[in-house]
Amino acid sequence: MKSIFKSALLAIVAVSFLTSCNNSSKKSGALTSNAAERVYVAPGEHDEFYAFVSGGFSGQLSVYGLPSGRLFKVIPVFSVDAEKAYGFNEETKPMLNTSFGFVPWDDSHHPDISQTAGELDGRWVFINGNNTPRIAKIDLTTFETTEIIEIPNSAGNHSSSYVTENTEYVVAGTRFAVPVPQRDMPISEYKGNFKGALTFLKVDPEDGKMNISFQILMPGFDYDKAHPGRGDSHGWFFFTTYNSEEANSLLEVNASQNDKDFIAAVNWKVIEEYVNNGGGTKMPANYAHNVYDENTHSATSTMMKEVLTINPSDVPGAIYFLPTPKSPHGCDVSPTGEYIVGSGKLSADVTVHSFTKMIKAIKEKKFDGDAYGIPILNYEAILAGSVKSGGLGPLHTEFDGKGNAYTTFFISSEVVKWKLGTWEVIDRKPTYYSVGHLMIPGGNSRKPEGKYLLAMNKITKDRYLPTGPEVTQSAQLYDITGEKMELLLDFPTIGEPHYAAGISADIIKKNSKKLYKLEENKHPYVAKSEAEAKVVRKGNEVHISMTMIRSHFAPDNIEGIKVGDKVFFHVTNLEQDYDVPHGVSMIGANTSELLIMPGQTETFIWEPKQVGVWPFYCTDFCSALHQEMQGYVRVSAKGSKVPITFTLDGDAVDAE
Amino acid sequence: MKISNLISIIALAFSVVMLSCSDKQNDSAKKDVAKPATEHHGQASVQDGVSAANVLQVAMSLDDFKTLVVAVQAAGVEDALVNAGPLTVFAPVNSAFDKLPEGTVETLLKPENKAKLAYILVNHVAPSNYPIKQLNKEAEKGRKLYMASGKYLVVENKEDGVYVGGTKILKSVKVSNGWIHVIGDILVPSED
Repeated sequence: MKSIFKSALLAIVAVSFLTSCNNSSKKSGALTSNAAERVYVAPGEHDEFYAFVSGGFSGQLSVYGLPSGRLFKVIPVFSVDAEKAYGFNEETKPMLNTSFGFVPWDDSHHPDISQTAGELDGRWVFINGNNTPRIAKIDLTTFETTEIIEIPNSAGNHSSSYVTENTEYVVAGTRFAVPVPQRDMPISEYKGNFKGALTFLKVDPEDGKMNISFQILMPGFDYDKAHPGRGDSHGWFFFTTYNSEEANSLLEVNASQNDKDFIAAVNWKVIEEYVNNGGGTKMPANYAHNVYDENTHSATSTMMKEVLTINPSDVPGAIYFLPTPKSPHGCDVSPTGEYIVGSGKLSADVTVHSFTKMIKAIKEKKFDGDAYGIPILNYEAILAGSVKSGGLGPLHTEFDGKGNAYTTFFISSEVVKWKLGTWEVIDRKPTYYSVGHLMIPGGNSRKPEGKYLLAMNKITKDRYLPTGPEVTQSAQLYDITGEKMELLLDFPTIGEPHYAAGISADIIKKNSKKLYKLEENKHPYVAKSEAEAKVVRKGNEVHISMTMIRSHFAPDNIEGIKVGDKVFFHVTNLEQDYDVPHGVSMIGANTSELLIMPGQTETFIWEPKQVGVWPFYCTDFCSALHQEMQGYVRVSAKGSKVPITFTLDGDAVDAE
Repeated sequence: MKISNLISIIALAFSVVMLSCSDKQNDSAKKDVAKPATEHHGQASVQDGVSAANVLQVAMSLDDFKTLVVAVQAAGVEDALVNAGPLTVFAPVNSAFDKLPEGTVETLLKPENKAKLAYILVNHVAPSNYPIKQLNKEAEKGRKLYMASGKYLVVENKEDGVYVGGTKILKSVKVSNGWIHVIGDILVPSED
């Protein structure tokens, strides 16, 4: 009796505590849950993921940590950046050269990380410039832009810069069709005459060097978004189109006339074989190929004069159109490669095509006519299903690798989670506000890491402290490990967070470079020790090879400079110690400071306009005696006889 | 059953349930949340495997400086020696400590003398970049070295080498954050 009593009592006690325990874990919402703890990365600890978030109209690429949302670096890509002297120093100016001359800005859009066997390898991240069509490559050992290639015959480089699953190619599809080659013709004659170029850039598997392999000259539609096939569909690339009407004015009305536009399915392996067998037409072109060399610390720009073009009708069996409703925008492929998701941006539904059905339809020739000779597949024959979401304005879809897909809806400001295969909606969460892209680390690969989802919003309104008419755009982090998504964090971004690529930090951080080896420095004006520092006059050009080390320049007193001279400061940071950069700037220089990493040489030009003694100084707080790191240049009148001298502490610059 | 027994059973049951309950929360927290910041390591613990060695790393790698390193650790000034600096350190070899009156080192190493020890040690550190040629120049021009202790040291060029604070520089080593000059005596701060 006693023991029964005892156990009953125990049971009651246990049940009551268990219940209260369950209650507390059922609470939801950021305030009542432990959302703060889940994004808290303790001081000194590292984030689990890198997020490379495009800067949109800033032209740059920012590096954040997830889950904390902390900003680590803004990598200058397509826009000049005075902080890092990108596009200001002589070494990086060639990076921004184009067939239009020096272009100091672009609109950066879709970062995508290199892959091996369908998984992220973290070697490079590629990103497209939308306005003056370019593709850039950022090296993830230095986190610097090391290559930019201009895309000819393209305009509005938007269905870019996605990589195939072994980084065989990066694609660059044009959003705006243009005359190819460019010529003077009436705009009204667009239809049937303009072309939409889909460009495939080959990537060298060793050093990542890019080269335009071929361009497919497609009908003059707008090629909006793209994704590669993977798994069984590896070898194919999918591009959404709108404006299959080929309108050239008031597109908001005229490009919305057709009930369906297309997803173009391109079998690049077939085209690659055609090209390897001598197929295609070489066409005159003019585009810049800019490469940064880590050893000379300098970029070169080469104008390329030819491009290989492909006429789709010359390669039968390579390209098909998949009818897709309502001006599809996002074009996303599931991790297995089976499903191709097209989001009709004016639709309430998300259309999903089946790769298996597509192949079957091609085999069985289930065509509904053609467009400019390209077969249009029968819609019902290829359709896998559609998601009746109840939302409005679907844009982009990513996957968690567990059979779920997540689609953003711009108009209804939400993310909707749905199940691949059954198309049922599982959850929906609001975003704040008007979400564009979303990102799951590894989302564009066979192996997404379905832990977090980053939603990137276009409209912010009241979410942060106001900063006048212009307010920051924002990103929102959701936990997607459970059945329901949970909003954890909301953080501001640089420019427009157009799209992002995420990756496990472990893959990248071990390769991150800490300094440049001084002995490997091959800059033509490097001074590898103070003994090598010098000042050399060549006519009215004066070349100063200067060194910097904690906490002085050598030389730091220079005389014999004259008004009208063009003075090149070639400055080498002699430090061989992690995180000891130095900066330098000269009063009145019509350019930015230099920010020079250990072992690196950079150059700025100063054209003195006034007689006098003018100071320069270190602009990066380098050491305890940073304030003492300064020097003077004496500028004499034109025709003066003051000889060139350069000293440190009263003596000619000498070795340590 | 005694009341007291009953109470202890209830208490036990309570604690078991509480434990499992809090464990559950900890588990989910553990997965996502980095460890709380408990231990704070200074810059001295940073190892990157690429940078040239700094003052402390060089000193620790050489047997000649065993006593100095022990003193540096006892005084808790490791972080200062890996700082961006620049630093010029006049580093006494082990035998320099033996020249001090008997018992001095033992006394200085006692926790209560930490501040005093640190004061003596920083009298060996100039917060500046002095390669040997620069020291020659300081001697020629009669410029004294300002030390981190707040004291000044005299530099002299003699026939057999450069002397700092009356002791000869035996050897010089370039390090990432400045210079180490090896000496054979302790530079005891002057009284004035």
